[in-house]
Amino acid sequence: MKKIFVLAIAIALVLSLAACSGGGGSDAPATEDATTTEETAADGAADTAADTAGEAIKVGIVNLPPEESGYRQANVEDMNDVFSSANGYDMKQTNTADNSEQIAAAEGYIRDGVDYLLISAANATGWDGVLTSAKEAGVKVFLFDRTIETDESNYQAALVSDMYAEGTTAVEWLLNQGLDEYNVILIRGQVGSAAELGRSEAVTKAEDAGDLKIVADGTGGDSWSSDEARKVVEAAITGGTKFNVIYAENDGMAQGAVAALDAAGISHGKDGDVVIMGFDFNRFALREVQAGNWNYDGQCNPRQASQIAEWIQAMESGGDAPTGTQYLDEVGLDTATITEDDITNKGINEDPGQIS
Amino acid sequence: MLERRQVLIPLVVLAMLIVVNMVKGLDYFSVDIVNGALYGNIPNILFGASELVIISIGMTLVTSASGGQDISVGMSATIASAAFIQVLANIGNQSVLGVFVSFLACCAVGALLGLFNGTLVAVFRIQPMVATLILFTAGRSIAFLIDGKVSPNLRNPITAQLGGVIPGVPIQTPIILTALVICIVALVFKFTNLKLYTQSVGINEKAAKLNGIDPVKIKILAFVILGICCAIAGFISVCKNGRHDSVNLLKLIEMDAILAVAIGGNALSGGKFNMAGAIIGAFTIEILNRTLLRYGVSPDAIKAVKAIFIIFLMAASSPVVVNQFNKLKERVSRKFIQAPERTCGPNMEGQ
Repeated sequence: MKKIFVLAIAIALVLSLAACSGGGGSDAPATEDATTTEETAADGAADTAADTAGEAIKVGIVNLPPEESGYRQANVEDMNDVFSSANGYDMKQTNTADNSEQIAAAEGYIRDGVDYLLISAANATGWDGVLTSAKEAGVKVFLFDRTIETDESNYQAALVSDMYAEGTTAVEWLLNQGLDEYNVILIRGQVGSAAELGRSEAVTKAEDAGDLKIVADGTGGDSWSSDEARKVVEAAITGGTKFNVIYAENDGMAQGAVAALDAAGISHGKDGDVVIMGFDFNRFALREVQAGNWNYDGQCNPRQASQIAEWIQAMESGGDAPTGTQYLDEVGLDTATITEDDITNKGINEDPGQIS
Repeated sequence: MLERRQVLIPLVVLAMLIVVNMVKGLDYFSVDIVNGALYGNIPNILFGASELVIISIGMTLVTSASGGQDISVGMSATIASAAFIQVLANIGNQSVLGVFVSFLACCAVGALLGLFNGTLVAVFRIQPMVATLILFTAGRSIAFLIDGKVSPNLRNPITAQLGGVIPGVPIQTPIILTALVICIVALVFKFTNLKLYTQSVGINEKAAKLNGIDPVKIKILAFVILGICCAIAGFISVCKNGRHDSVNLLKLIEMDAILAVAIGGNALSGGKFNMAGAIIGAFTIEILNRTLLRYGVSPDAIKAVKAIFIIFLMAASSPVVVNQFNKLKERVSRKFIQAPERTCGPNMEGQ
C-alpha cells in the first residue's frame, strides 16, 4: 500500500516536472504554429514576400520568455505575427532568460546558416564571441528591446525603447496641464532597471529645473509591486504631505496608488484633485484613462518586429538599413486623445472592456 | 519562561518602532471614517500586513516541523490565486456562492502545492529550501500559463468588497479575514494536539516516532496548512488589486515571512515555536517598512536602513547577547543590593 502511494507521488512529480519544462521552452509550440499556417497561407505568401528567389528568408530570434511580463508576451506574439511563413520568413526562436542558453541558441542559428539574427539579450555582456562569428558567417544581427555592451560595428542596428524619452514625454504633458503647482509623488519601479532609471531621470531633471516638486519618492524595491506603490501613497496621505500628481512608473503601480486614494476618499482623474500618470499601455490602464479615472498613460512599445522586417526587406532588395541605436516612436495618451483603436492595437495584456 | 521572553523581544521592538513613528508626528494613532470604514495609520498597517501575517502563520508551522523554510510561498499564492480567477471566470456568475466556490478551489490548489512540497520534504527527505526551489523557479511561469498569458482583470463587486470595504462594516475586509484566520489557528491549537505534535517532530523526530507520532504525516500536514495559508493570502491580494499580475503578485514575500518567523523569536532550525511572536514579527516588518516611508528615506537607502535595523534586531535577540545582558544585570544587581544576605543571594538566583 505504502509502496503504491510512493510510486503514485513519484509519477506525479515526474509529470509536474515535465509540465514545468514544457512551460519554459515555449519555442516548440511556436514552430508548430508556423508549420500549420504554412500550407493554408502559401498562396498569400507570394505577394507579400519580397524575396525574388521565392525562397523564405531565414531568421533566428533569441528572446526572453513571454512569462517575464505582459510586455514580453506582446513582444513574442508580435515577432510570431510578423516573421511568419505567410510573410515569407523561415523563423526559428528561442525564449529563455538564461544568458548562456541564449548564446548557445544564437551560435546554433549561425551554424544553421540563418540570414538574420535578432537578439534581445538577458545580460548586456558576454556576447562578443557570438557577434564576431555572426559577422564572419555573414549573418546580419539586429538587437531589439535590449542593447548589448559591445562595439556598434559588431551588429547592424539596435531598436530599443528610449525610457528617458518616455519620461520626458510624460513630464512635458504634465507641465502643459496648467496646474498652479506640481507636487508630485514619484513611485519608482524596480530600482536600477532601465525603465526606472530613464523614467525617474525625466522627473528629477524637471525638479532640478524648478518645474515641479517631488514631495514623496518611493519605490517597489526589487519589484513593480502595486502593494508597495499603495504603501508609498498611504504614507504620504497619513503623513499630511500635500500632493496633486502621482507619477507611477508602471500601470500596476499606478493602480496601487489609485487604490490608496480611493480608500482615503481622495478624488483623482479628469475632474479630480490628483493627476494620475502610468506607463506601459496595459489595456486595463487605457480603459481607466478612457473613463477619466486616470489622466495619462505612457507607451512602452513592445512591437519592434514590423520595423525590423522593413529594414530586412530593404537589405534584401539591395538597399541599406540604419546602423547604431535606433529608438521606437512612443506616444502618451490622455483622456482627450485616447481612442478605441489605441486600446486595441497599441495596448498589451487583457482588455477588461469599457468601464461603464 | 522561555515563551515569555520570546514574545518580549518582538514586543519591545514593536514599541520602539511606534515611539519612533510618534516622534515624527503625534497624530500617528488618529483614525478617521472614510467611505464608512476606519482610516488611518493603524488600519493601513493591519490592511497591508494581512497577506504577510497569514503566510507567516503557515511558515512558523513548517519551520517548526521540518527545521527548514518554504521559499515558494509567493509562487504558491500566485498559482492558487490564478486558479481562483480562472474558476471564477468559468463559473461566470457574480454571486457570493460563485466567489465562495472559487475560493474553495483556490484553497484546494494551495493545499495541493503544499502536498507537493511536503511530500518532497517528508517522504523524499529533500532539504525544504531545495525542495521548494522547484516551485520557486517555475511557479510564476505556471501561474502565467494558467492566466492564459495575460494579466486577467477581476471586475467583480463581491471580490472588490472582499479586498476593500463591505458596506455597513466599519473595518476593511482583509483585516477581518486575517483576524478570522488567526482565530481559526488559535482554536485549532486549543482543541487539537497539532502544536504539541508539530513541536515534538521538530525537536526530535525519532523520539516523536517512538511515541506514536508519524513525522511524515505531521510534516506534510504543516506544508499543506502553509499551502492553504498561501492560497488565502493570494486570494486577498487579488481581491485588493483587482488584477492578477503573475510577475509581481506578493513578490519577495518569502523573505519577509521567514524574517517574521525569526523576529518572533523562533529558531529557524525548528522545534519549539511561538505563533504569537511570528504574528507580531509580521506586523513589525510592515510597520518598519511604513516607518521608513513616513520618514521619507530615499529609495536608494531604504534597503540599507532596513538591513541595519534587522541586523541590530537579530543581534539583540541572539542568545549570546541575551546571556551577556543577563550576566550584566546580575552583576549590577549584586553590586547595588549587595552585602547582608550575600550567602543566600547568588544561590537563590542560581535556581
